[in-house]
Amino acid sequence: MAEMLPIKLTVNGAVVSKLVDPRQHLTDFLRIDLGLTGSHLGCEHGVCGACSVRVNGQVIRGCLMLASQTDGADVQTIEGIFEAGEAAELIAAFVARNALQCGFCTPGMLLTAAEIVAEGKLLDRQEIRNELSGNICRCTGYQSIIDAVEMVLLEKLKEA
Amino acid sequence: MKASTFKYLHAQSKDEAYAAFAEYGDEAVILAGGQSLMPMLNMRLAQPAVLVDINPISELSGIVLLNQQLHIGATTRHVDVANADLIAAELPLIGCAIKQVAHRGIRNRGTFGGSLAHADPAAEMPACAVALDATFVLQSRAEERRVKAVDFFLGVMTTDRRPDEILTTIELPAQTSNDAWAFHELSRRHGDFALVGVAATARRRSEGLEELRLVVFGCEERPRISKIAASTSLSQKDALELATAVAEDLDPMSDLEGDAKTKRIQARTLIQRALDDLFVEGANG
Ligand SMILES: Cc1cc2nc3c(=O)[nH]c(=O)nc-3n(C[C@H](O)[C@H](O)[C@H](O)COP(=O)(O)OP(=O)(O)OC[C@H]3O[C@@H](n4cnc5c(N)ncnc54)[C@H](O)[C@@H]3O)c2cc1C
Ligand code: FES
Ligand code: FES
Repeated sequence: MAEMLPIKLTVNGAVVSKLVDPRQHLTDFLRIDLGLTGSHLGCEHGVCGACSVRVNGQVIRGCLMLASQTDGADVQTIEGIFEAGEAAELIAAFVARNALQCGFCTPGMLLTAAEIVAEGKLLDRQEIRNELSGNICRCTGYQSIIDAVEMVLLEKLKEA
Repeated sequence: MKASTFKYLHAQSKDEAYAAFAEYGDEAVILAGGQSLMPMLNMRLAQPAVLVDINPISELSGIVLLNQQLHIGATTRHVDVANADLIAAELPLIGCAIKQVAHRGIRNRGTFGGSLAHADPAAEMPACAVALDATFVLQSRAEERRVKAVDFFLGVMTTDRRPDEILTTIELPAQTSNDAWAFHELSRRHGDFALVGVAATARRRSEGLEELRLVVFGCEERPRISKIAASTSLSQKDALELATAVAEDLDPMSDLEGDAKTKRIQARTLIQRALDDLFVEGANG
């Protein structure tokens, strides 16, 4: 094993200091070292989006970033976003529209959808589909996921 | 799968990166956005001994306009290129094509220079860089070189970059209202690599188009200017004939997405669409 590297970062608001193997990717670090198993691993080569987490405010693929690169970073996982109530509307819409079956893709879908909603642009269904194109779902066939995101976008725009 | 063991260096400056190249030679590999390298590490297609992370080097990132040239720092992320007002205003071809590069989470991390240095034959930015006659600035401890995009790409994931060089800046001439451009790609899903794509620029003249720089990607081993298209001064009625001739001149690689014959037919259709766009002012995309 290569020399372990010290990292200090914020995960869901809490400061974490750990030693990491340089080759460990962020999602393995979150799952194995911190027990945050909400971020899933599907492909480990960037294709499925199940591993999505937020780093410094942006959604990224946790399997394509090294834990050692997150020294000083602010990391948020689905656990933190759920607890903060940030995705409450999306989660309600996913339930209302049956936008999940096994739930494997759902944390990544919610994180990506949250970023789309936060940008505050009204998108048509094709545009929503394009924005979610990096997140694969093997169960739903996507229609219900698009329904859910569209529902939240429309509600947001009514409020605005 | 998991990456094999490597040493990780957080380069705070270009000098620190050069020091790593001096010590480890071609065992040291640059890590930028990681959106192509990390999959290769995880699948163990690449097993470098040392990773030199250039993300902390802030001077490598940013977009500025200097003397009608856009200077894009190599580690500028795809998302920042896509959202930059300067790009929308001065390089509409890049502004259009960058939206087709990968998916949101990948665009948030992947870098402009990384895409060029990686030189995937199906990638959008290398083709656009060739069509726009970009110049790449490569720096090593010993020297700085400037290489034209047409000379940079040598083959599949093979470039003119030496192992001790950092691609630091990409210089692109700003497009003017006399510059026509077109971009089309075929992919099965938004954000996927192109099955086939076309990037083209030309100068508008009253008699038609001149200096046509037409690049087909997702097809041959590297992006190049179509010689046939370049040698023609074009009027709209020739478009179909020219599209056929340019497509015939291609040497497509067969891959899982299609055999050479299919790719040539797809390319012909896209070339024709691109030529049609070039003639209609403001009808790009
Ligand atoms: C699922 C998926 C889909 C994708 N779809 C597309 C797509 O449709 N179109 C597309 O174009 N790309 C696509 N990509 C790739 C993505 O755009 C990458 O971001 C890009 O190709 C590489 O940039 P990077 O910054 O991530 O480079 P890295 O992965 O960090 O590096 C790639 C290579 O370039 C070298 N390198 C990087 N920066 C420099 C530099 N400044 N100087 C010298 N060498 C350097 C590295 O050593 C490495 O060999 C996709 C990736 C994934 C995972
Ligand atoms: S596990 Fe990261 S994209 Fe599939
Ligand atoms: S709900 Fe099963 S993969 Fe999406």
